Amino acid sequence: MKPNIAHIALAAGLVASFALNAIAPQLDDYAVNILVLAGINIILAVSLNLVNGHTGQFSLGHAGFMAAGAYTSSIITLSLSPVLSTAPAWQGHVAFFGALLVGGVFAALCGFLVGVPSLRLRGDYLAIVTLGFGEIIRVVIQNTEALGGARGLEGIPPYTNLLWTFGIATVAIYVVASLVNSTYGRGFIAVRDDEIAAEAMGINTTKYKVTAFVVGAFFAGLAGGLYAHFISYIAPEGFNFLKSVDVVVMVILGGMGSTPGVAAAAVLLTLMNELLRDFEQYRMIVFALLLIVLMIIRPQGLLGNFQRRKRKPAQP
Amino acid sequence: MNPLLTLKSVTMEFGGLRAIGDLDFHVAPQEMVGLIGPNGAGKTTVFNIITGVYKPTRGDIHFQGHSLQGKKPNRITALGIARTFQNIRLFSSLSVFDNVRTAMSGRLRYGIVHSFTRGAAFQAEEARIRDEVFALLDIFGLRDDADRQASGLPYGDQRRLEIVRALATGPSLLLLDEPAAGMNPTEKVRLMELIHFVHEKFRIAVLLVEHDMRVVMGVCQRIVVLDYGQKIAEGTPDTIQRDPKVIEAYLGGEVTHA
Repeated sequence: MKPNIAHIALAAGLVASFALNAIAPQLDDYAVNILVLAGINIILAVSLNLVNGHTGQFSLGHAGFMAAGAYTSSIITLSLSPVLSTAPAWQGHVAFFGALLVGGVFAALCGFLVGVPSLRLRGDYLAIVTLGFGEIIRVVIQNTEALGGARGLEGIPPYTNLLWTFGIATVAIYVVASLVNSTYGRGFIAVRDDEIAAEAMGINTTKYKVTAFVVGAFFAGLAGGLYAHFISYIAPEGFNFLKSVDVVVMVILGGMGSTPGVAAAAVLLTLMNELLRDFEQYRMIVFALLLIVLMIIRPQGLLGNFQRRKRKPAQP
Repeated sequence: MNPLLTLKSVTMEFGGLRAIGDLDFHVAPQEMVGLIGPNGAGKTTVFNIITGVYKPTRGDIHFQGHSLQGKKPNRITALGIARTFQNIRLFSSLSVFDNVRTAMSGRLRYGIVHSFTRGAAFQAEEARIRDEVFALLDIFGLRDDADRQASGLPYGDQRRLEIVRALATGPSLLLLDEPAAGMNPTEKVRLMELIHFVHEKFRIAVLLVEHDMRVVMGVCQRIVVLDYGQKIAEGTPDTIQRDPKVIEAYLGGEVTHA
C-alpha cells in the first residue's frame, strides 16, 4: 500500500507531539500550561465542529460530554492510585490511557443518547435539548456524593502532559478531517446543506447525525479526561453551560466546518484568555466585542467558506 | 411487461383535506410518463408519496416487486428511485464534483472505519467513484465546473446538475419535478433534448411533473392528468389533448393555441 497524505500528516503530528513533550522540561511551567490548555481546546473545538459545523446540528452540550469523560476517567485513576503510586511511571500512563478511553466511550454513549432526540429536532429546539442534557449531567454529578458532589474531586493524578494532549489532538483532527474528506463523509455536509435532498440522494441522515454526536462526544470525553488529569481537581461548576458556549464560540470564530479554522480559533482564544488575565472583569466584554466585530466583517469565520444560506433569486 | 412502479388506490389526507384520492397508475420500465394537472392538483404530493417523504393514508405502492410501505426516503432511493426538486435543492456549499459523489455514498462498499484507515480498499473505491463522477460530468458537459461551488452555477446548469446528481444514485426510475420551471424557450428545447438523451443513454423510466405543455407533449409517451387529487384522464399525448374533461379542467385555451 502506498503511503498517502493523510497517513503522513498523522505520523508527522504524532512525531511533533513527541518532540514537543521532549523539550517540555526546557520550557517554563507557565508556557507548558498554556500549551496543554490550547491542546485541550483544540480537541474540544474540532470535535464540536463535526456536530455544529459539518453536520449543522446546533449542540450546546459539549461541556456535559466533557464532564462525563472527566469524571469517568478520574474515578478510575483515583481508585487505582493506591496501586499505581508505587508502580513504575509507564504503568501509570498505560492505566491513564485506558481510563481516558473508558471516559471517552462513556461520553460517546451519552452522545448517542442526545443524538437520538436530535433526529426529530432542529435548530433552536435542538440547541435547547442539548443544553438541557449538558445541565442534567452537571446537576446529577453535583448531587452524587460518590462523585464528590458540589465540592468536586481532588487529588487526581497529574498524568496529562504535552504528548498525551497533542497526540490526542492530532488524532482528533485526523479523524474529523479524514471522515469529512471522503465520499462517505461528504454526507455530513449534505445533511447540513439540505436534509431533504440528502435523504432523497440515499443518505441515511439518521445515521449521520447520530455518528456526528457520538464521535464528537467521544473526543469531548477525552478532552475532559485530559483536563481532569492536568488540573488535578474537577468540580461540576467547571462544566457548566458557559463552558459549552466557550467551545461554540471557538467553532463560530474559526469558521463552521473548517477544521484548521476552529483549531486556530481554539489556540487564539486560549492565548487571549491568558493575555487578558490582568483585566479579568473586562475579559468577557472584549470577547463579546471580538465576536460582534468578526460577525460583521467576516460572518463565515476566520477560515470558513461556508456561506449562510441566502435566499435564492426566485427565477433568473 | 411487468410495471416498474405501481400505485394502487393511493389516498393522502392532510387532516380533513384530501390531497390525493384513490389514485391508480403505473410506470413501465423505460417508459416516459407525464403527470400533469392544474396548480394544487397534487402532483408534487404524488412525488413525495412515491419517494417516502409522506406516508400515504391508504393504498399500496410497489416498485420492482418491493412494497414501498413505510420505507424511508433513503431506502427508496437505494431501491432505484431518484428525484429532482421543483425548487432546486443542491448541496449549495459543496462543489459540483462533491454534489455528484455524495449521491453515490448510499452504495459505498466501505464503511466509516475505512474513512479513518484509508487503506487500499478505500483508495480503490474512492478512485472508482472519482472516475464514475467525472464520466457523468463529461456526459453532461459539467466537467470544467467540477470544482465550482454548486450555488455559483448558472440556473440552467444547476437544474442539469440536479439531474446528474439524481442519476448518480443509479436509478431505474427518475422523477423530475417541474424541470422546465423558470426556463426560457431555448433552455426548454435543450431540456427536452436532455431528457430524451437521459432516457436513451441510461435506459431508465422517467416520470415527469411539468406545467409546460410543449415539454410534456414533446417528451412523454403517456400522460396521467390529475385534478383535485383525482385521476381524470390517462393516455397518449394525442388523446389527452382531445379529452374534453382535460380541456375543461386544465388545458382550456392552450390547446387551441398550441
